[in-house]
Amino acid sequence: MSGATLPGMSEPAKVPAAIVGPGNIGTDLLAKLARSARIEVTAMVGVVESEGLDRARAMGVRASAEGLDWLLAQDPLPRMVFEATSAKAHAANAPRYAEAGIRAIDLTPAHLGPMVCPPVNMPEHLDAPNVNMITCGGQATIPIVAAVSRVVPVAYAEIVASTASRSAGPGTRANIDEFTQTTARAVEEVGGAERGKAIIILNPVEPPMIMRDTVFCSLPPEADHDAVAASVHAMVERVQQYVPGYTMRAEPQFDPPRQTWGGRGRVAVFLEVKGNGDYLPPYAGNLDIMTAAAAQVGELVAADMTEVAA
Amino acid sequence: MSRPESSARPPIRYDVRITDTTLRDGSHAQGHQFTSEQVRDTVRALDRAGVEVIEVTHGDGLGGSSFNYGFSHTSELELIAAAREEATQARIAVLLVPGIGTVDDLRRARDAGADIVRVATHCTEADVSPQHFGVARDLGMETVGFLMMAHRTPPEDLAKQARIMVDAGCQCPYVTDSAGALLMHEARARFEALLAEVGDEAWVGYHGHQNLSLGVANSVIAAEVGVKEIDGSLCALGAGSGNSPTEVLAAVFDRLGVTTGLDVTALLDAAEDVVRPYLHRWPKMDRNAITQGWAGVYSSFLLHAEHAGERYKVPVPDILRRCGELGLVGGQEDMIIDVALELAREREQG
Repeated sequence: MSGATLPGMSEPAKVPAAIVGPGNIGTDLLAKLARSARIEVTAMVGVVESEGLDRARAMGVRASAEGLDWLLAQDPLPRMVFEATSAKAHAANAPRYAEAGIRAIDLTPAHLGPMVCPPVNMPEHLDAPNVNMITCGGQATIPIVAAVSRVVPVAYAEIVASTASRSAGPGTRANIDEFTQTTARAVEEVGGAERGKAIIILNPVEPPMIMRDTVFCSLPPEADHDAVAASVHAMVERVQQYVPGYTMRAEPQFDPPRQTWGGRGRVAVFLEVKGNGDYLPPYAGNLDIMTAAAAQVGELVAADMTEVAA
Repeated sequence: MSRPESSARPPIRYDVRITDTTLRDGSHAQGHQFTSEQVRDTVRALDRAGVEVIEVTHGDGLGGSSFNYGFSHTSELELIAAAREEATQARIAVLLVPGIGTVDDLRRARDAGADIVRVATHCTEADVSPQHFGVARDLGMETVGFLMMAHRTPPEDLAKQARIMVDAGCQCPYVTDSAGALLMHEARARFEALLAEVGDEAWVGYHGHQNLSLGVANSVIAAEVGVKEIDGSLCALGAGSGNSPTEVLAAVFDRLGVTTGLDVTALLDAAEDVVRPYLHRWPKMDRNAITQGWAGVYSSFLLHAEHAGERYKVPVPDILRRCGELGLVGGQEDMIIDVALELAREREQG
C-alpha cells in the first residue's frame, strides 16, 4: 500500500490524519491522500456501518462506525482531521478536535474557522486550529478573483458556477442559498473584491456536463489588460498543481467600460473543472476541486508541521 | 400535512386569472432598463383594466441584476414599491430563481410590498425550491412555482416535480414554456399530467412564449382543460419573441366566453398608449426568436446571443442552435459567450 510507513527509511514520518464522514467526498479524499508523501490517513470514521467504511478497509485503513468516541480513544491520535460530514455534525465535533489538539480541515458549510483557498490565503492560516473550505464554486473561482485583484482594484466580482445535476447532493439542494451567500462573501473576503456575487446553476443534461465556472471582474478603465491576463494565467497554473483538470476554455475576455457597468470595464474568465476521476466521476469537477483543495490544505499544514518539528 | 391552512389554494374569482408579466419578463426585452415612471404608468393601466396579478422584478428574478444577466437601471425593490403604491386592486408578484436570488432577497421584496412570489427552477430541479416556499409561506405570501423549460422533461416527470413544489407549500405550479417550444399536444399533455397529480390541492398555471406563435393557442387549450392561471404581457413584451400578449388573451377569452374579469378595451389602450411608446424593441418572430422555439432555447438568451454574435462576428442562429445542442438551461447566459468564442475558433480553423 502506498500509505504504509516503512520504518528505518530516511523519509520523514508522515503526519497521521483521519477522515470523518465516509461518503463520496470522504472516499474521494482518501484516494487523493493515499498518494500523499506527507500525510497518512490512519482512520476513516462514520456513525453507521457503510460502503464507505468498507471501501476504506479495503484500502488498508482502519475504519469504525463508532464515531468520534472511537477516534479520540486512538493512540496516537491523528494530528489532523478532514471533516466531510455535515455542518451540524462539524459544529458538534469541532470543540472536541480543538480540545484534543487536532487540526480540523472542514469541508462542510459549518464555517467555524477562516475560509481558505490554497493558492490565495493558506499561508496566513497555517496555524489556525480549524479552517473551512468555502464551497466548490468558491474553490474554482476565488483564485481568479484574487489574481485580478492583485493587479487592479476589483470593485465588483461575480461568479457563475454550472454543475451537473447529478453532482449536486440533497444537502446542497435543500439549502442552495448557503452556496450563493457563502461564495459571495468569500469572493470579497478571500478573493479581494469590494463586492461579490455568486450564482449557481444545476443542469441535468445527459451525458452530464463537466463543471463550468465563469468569473466576471469589473476593471478600472485604465487597467493594464496584459498584466491582468498574465496574473490570471499564473494563477491557473498554480491551481493546476493540485487540480490537473482545471483549465481556461479561452483567453480572458476584456470588455471596454460601459455606462451600465458604472463606467468600468470587465474581464471574463471561462473555466472548466474536470475531476480527476479518483472515486467520483470526472464530470463532478465541483466535488473534485473540494477534495483536491482540502488535500492541498492538508499538504501545506503537514509540511508546516514537519518543518516546525525538524 | 404540516401546513393545512396556509397551503389551501387562494380563491380565483373568474374562470381564469391572468398574471401580467410585462414588468418582469418584459425586463429582458428592455435590457432591464425599466424606470419607476414606466412601472407606475403600466401598473396603473393594468390595474384599471382589471388585471389581478402584476409581476415586477428583474427579468431573471430577484437579485438578477448582474454582469451575467444585465444590471438594472432602477433597483427592483424601488420598482416593486412603486408598483405597490399604484395598484388599487391588483396584487404584486415577484420572481425568485433559487441559485440567483435568496430568501434574503425575498424578505426585502416582501417589505417593499410584494404579495406573491413565483419560485422558478429548471423543470427537473424542483427540490431546490422548498427552502424558498417555506420562507414565503412564513411571510404570508401567496406562492406560485415555475417549472421552467417544461419541454425538456416528459409530462409524467414534470408532474412529479410539481408534486415536490406543492408539498413544499406551492399553491400553483406552472407549466413554464421558457423556450416557447411546446406544441399544442405537448402543452396539453403537460397540463393534464399536472392537473391529475396536484389538481385537487393546487391550481395549475401556464406561461407561454410566442417563438413558435403558440402562446395564445396553448393558453386556449389550458383554459379548456382546467388550467386556472395564465400569463401574458402587454405588446408581448418578454424574452425571445415575447409572451402571449395580455390584450390578445383578453380578447380571445372574451370571444370564447371564458371569464377573466379583464376590460379588453382598456388593455388595448394600455398596450398601445402606455407600453408601445417605451418599447426598445417590439418582440417579434424573427429568425433568431423562431430558432429559439425550434431548437428549444431559453428565450432570455436572445439579446445576449445577439450581443455575442456582434462582438465575435458569428451568426446568432448558430449560437442559439449550439446552446440547444449543449442542453443549456435558464441562467447559463455566461455560456453564450463561451459558445460564441468556440464558434469563432471553429471558423478560424476552417
